[in-house]
This record gives sequence, C-alpha cells and structure tokens, in this order.
Amino acid sequence: MKRFIGFIKKEFYHIFRDKRSLFILFGMPIAQIMLFGFAITNEINNVNIAILDHSKDATTQEIIHKIESSKYFTITASILNETEIETAFKKGHVKAVLIFEKDFSKNLGKENNATVQVIADATDPNTANTISNYVTAILQKYQQKINVAVKTPYQILPKTRMAFNPELKSVFMFVPGVMTIILMLVSAMMTSISITREKELGTMEILLVSPLKPFQVIIGKVVPYIFLSIINAIIIVLLGILVFNMPVQGSYFLLAAESVLFIITSLSLGILISTVSASQQTAMMISLMALMLPTILLSGFIFPISSMPLPLQIISNIVPAKWFIIILKGIMLKGVGLQFIWKSTLILVGMTLFFIGLSVKKYKIRLE
Amino acid sequence: MKEETAIHVKNLTKKFGAFTAVNTISFKVKKGEIFGFLGANGAGKTTAMKMLIGISTPTSGEATVAGFNVNTQPESIKKNIGYMSQKFALYDDLTVKENITFFGGIYGLTRKQIKDKRSQLVEELGLQKIVNELVSSLPLGWKQKIAFSVALLHNPKIVFLDEPTGGVDPITRRQFWEMIYKTANQGTTVFVTTHYMDEAEYCDSVSIMVNGKIEALDTPKKLKEQFKASTMNDVFLKLARG
Repeated sequence: MKRFIGFIKKEFYHIFRDKRSLFILFGMPIAQIMLFGFAITNEINNVNIAILDHSKDATTQEIIHKIESSKYFTITASILNETEIETAFKKGHVKAVLIFEKDFSKNLGKENNATVQVIADATDPNTANTISNYVTAILQKYQQKINVAVKTPYQILPKTRMAFNPELKSVFMFVPGVMTIILMLVSAMMTSISITREKELGTMEILLVSPLKPFQVIIGKVVPYIFLSIINAIIIVLLGILVFNMPVQGSYFLLAAESVLFIITSLSLGILISTVSASQQTAMMISLMALMLPTILLSGFIFPISSMPLPLQIISNIVPAKWFIIILKGIMLKGVGLQFIWKSTLILVGMTLFFIGLSVKKYKIRLE
Repeated sequence: MKEETAIHVKNLTKKFGAFTAVNTISFKVKKGEIFGFLGANGAGKTTAMKMLIGISTPTSGEATVAGFNVNTQPESIKKNIGYMSQKFALYDDLTVKENITFFGGIYGLTRKQIKDKRSQLVEELGLQKIVNELVSSLPLGWKQKIAFSVALLHNPKIVFLDEPTGGVDPITRRQFWEMIYKTANQGTTVFVTTHYMDEAEYCDSVSIMVNGKIEALDTPKKLKEQFKASTMNDVFLKLARG
C-alpha cells in the first residue's frame, strides 16, 4: 500500500508540473460550459428584423407592436419598398423581413383573409426556421384574440406543454452533454497519454522490472485521474446549477454514482487505447478521432439520434456517451430513480468490463 | 545451484512468429563478475536481457537469475535485480530527490532507509547542489550516474545495464565505468550490454551475439588470442563479417 501511495504522489507531480495538462484538466471544462451555455444556443433573442408595411393601418400597427414587445425581436428598420429588402439582407443587419400587404385591415375585415409575408435569411437555416415559427406563433395569438368575438364553428386548438424543460432552455441540453465530453476527454485521453508517455520515455520498462505488478502500475496511473474527474464533474454540475439554473430533480447520490461509473468506463477506454498505441501522439489522435467525434456527433448531445439515418442510429448504441447522456438527463431533468435508468447503467457496466477484459488481453499479448 | 553462479542460461530461445530473435543461447555469469553482453544492433541482446529480467517469457529453454527460474519465478527475480535501460531511467519532471524517494518506495524501502540512502548518495556523488533540481535540467552524464545509483538503491544481487553509456562523453564514460568497478567489488554482479568495443576490454567475461546466437564467449584476453586480434574491436569485426 505504501508503494502505491508513493506511486500516486509521483503521478500528481507529473500532472501539476505540466501546464498543458493542467489547462486541459481544469480550463477546458469551465471554458466549454461557458461557451456552450452562453454562445451556442438554439434560442433566439433580440433578433434584428425589418418591416415593410404597405398598408400602415391600425391592425398592422398593433401586430408590429406585439412583435416588438416580445423579447425575441428588435425592429431595426422600416423599409419603404421591395428593392431595399435584398440590400438589407446583404448588409447583414437584419435576419428577417416582414411584409404586410396593401389594405391589410380592409382585406381582413371584408374577405376574412390578409397576408403577411415572412422572408428570413436562410444562410443559417436553423435560425431562419425558428424565426418563422416565432412570428407565426405571435400572429396566431393575435388571430385568436380578434376571433374571440366571432365564433368560428370548428376549431382545433393545440395546447402544448414542454415537459421537463418548459422554457426550452438549450443549456439544459448542453450541461449533460458537456459533462459527458469533459469526463470522456479527461479520463480517456489524459490516461492514455500519461500511460503512453511512460512507454515513450522508457520508464514503463523500469516500472515493469520493479516488484510492482503490472496492474498496480496501471491502477496507480489511473487513480489520480478518477480523483480529478470527480472534481471536474462537481465543477460542471455546480456551474450548471449556479450559473444556468440547471435543475437536479433526482438524487445527488445517484448522479454521483453514475458519474463515477462513466468515469471508470472512460478510463478503461483510455487504458485500452494506451495498449494499442506506441506514442503519445498516436494515443491523442485515437482519443480524438475514435472518442471525441462520436461523443459529440453520435451521442445525441447536439444532433438527435432519432432523426439520424438507421445505420448511424445503430452505431450510436456502441457510443458510451449516448447512455450516459440518457442517464444524466433522466436524473437531472426528469428526476427519475434507478428503476428507470437501470438498462443504460447496465450497458455502461457491460462496456466497462469489456474494455478492461480487452486491455488485459492486449497487454498480455504485448508482454509475450 | 552453486552459490558462485549469479546467472545460468541454458538453450534460451525467443521466437516472434517465424523470426528467431534469440537462438538457443547458453552461458554462465559468476557472482561479482562484470559480464559484457556484446552484439551489433538487432543481434538480440535486448530481447535476451528482457527474458532475464522477467518482462518477457522465453519460447523455450531455461535460465536462473539470482537463483530463481525465469519461467516460474519472475516476481522473485524482480526483487533481486536492478535495471537501467538505454532510454532514461529517471523522470525528467521530478527532482533528483523525488526520483530517489519514488524508486526507493516502489522497491519497498522504508522511509528511513530511503533517507539514509539519499544522504549517502548525495555525499558520494556530490549532489548537494542539484538534489532539489528537476532532472530535466541536468546534463546527460549526471542523469546516467544518478540513474545507475537509483538502480542500486535496494542493494540488488545483480544489476542489468542496457547500453548505459550511449551518447555520453568519454570522461563521463570513464567515471561511469569506475562506478561499475566499485559496484562489482562490493559483490554485486554487473550484466552490461554495450556496442562500444573498448568497454568490452573492461569486462571480466564477454559474450558476443551475432544474429541471435552467441558466437564467442570468454575473457577478453582469451578471445583476442583465439581470434588473433589486438583489440576487442578486431575480434568483433572478424566475427561480424563471418
């Protein structure tokens, strides 16, 4: 045991004397969560739009007021004719233009029909879509208001409720995602690099010739990273709660236990990577290509799995991050207990055992 | 096993697929001897050595190191040998003191033993000024000398040195060999691989490996007589050219 503590102490010297790994360890999580939380967002806020009002009557004024008073849009310009629309878009000042047809009020009163044209800048298709949805929603609300007096014979009114995230905050999606990426990055990449570094420097050989058993060497290298990853997980959850008002509906204990499980899954992947790569460079490339990309793209973190083509949906099942994100969302947003996430938990446990078994096998082959 | 034999190798073989890296080698190393294990790059020296220090399993054949069988008791061997590899044996980002503490620790020395050893080393090698410096800031010669001392921390019966003087200047090499002599005089067997043929002259016995086989095995003096050569370098060239 005393040998072991000496070993771990040495490992911490390595980590704390290497500015680069320190930065990855503690700078990255904070930077990422801030970036994802503040900058990358699916919501729209204060989007600049322009209005081209051909009728300029009471109704259009009322609608324009409604749009302006919502926090989503800021009306920056009034456009006088059609030719100015393109210029406005090209200058990039506005993201959408609303065009009210001539005699809007009159048409609405006489023919029960009036048109608003929404032209959105679709160089950014997601934003364009969201803008048109929001405008439509505002118009519909207005329509319902003026329709109260007149009773229409048939009407289907959908009443939507956004469960678990009523305000549709995208940060609720990013916190579990970023936590998954960071734990994966720190645990898998850092351990695989630190083990291959010993191989590269030749010190691994010295350790293997010492009375320390190979598994003691590996565990000694891994333990500090378990410790640091737990600290990282705590930082991320705290930032989520304090800065972004991310709720944790379920049990903190379950959240901690599942996080430790995922950390161990990632570490076992890191060990596996270190057994197949001879240099730090290789370890880093494999970690980035084989772990980071699937973790970001195929885990359901950014792109929903259900809308992927079938082959990718199938592949997504072997990405550990997918299951951890399901678990995290379950605990943090839905407040579920183990009875709802035992399947994902079991899959992670199975993956971990598989990776460890495979590394042991690879390791033995290499020794012989 | 007689007490005077430190290493006893019999028909040791290592194959990697169809390639035979070490081909039925046999030799004995006496206790307290400096044994030079020579050969060109790729002759199989390092592979043979790895089997002796217990990190590689022989394909066939027998060997005992410090009285323990390499096939069945590699863990006991590890406790009784020291090893210094041709790459660095010390951690660059640790200080000299931390390195000594760490390696003493993994060999199971108590805190007091480590402290005593450390003061002894500082005294002997004159490390007073650099003991708290990072190893990366030291010149190569110093690193090699400290690495050698670290390999001897736990008083091993045999110390294996894998090309310890590679890339070191002649003066440091000289000093290094003085340390080797001193160690051997204290009763520790020294098993050293090298491709500097002048160093072979310093050894008590020498074996020369060519393509996985031991082609010559005797004292430097007798080898020179046998091959009618004036230096070990000539002996080696005659052997290597066939």
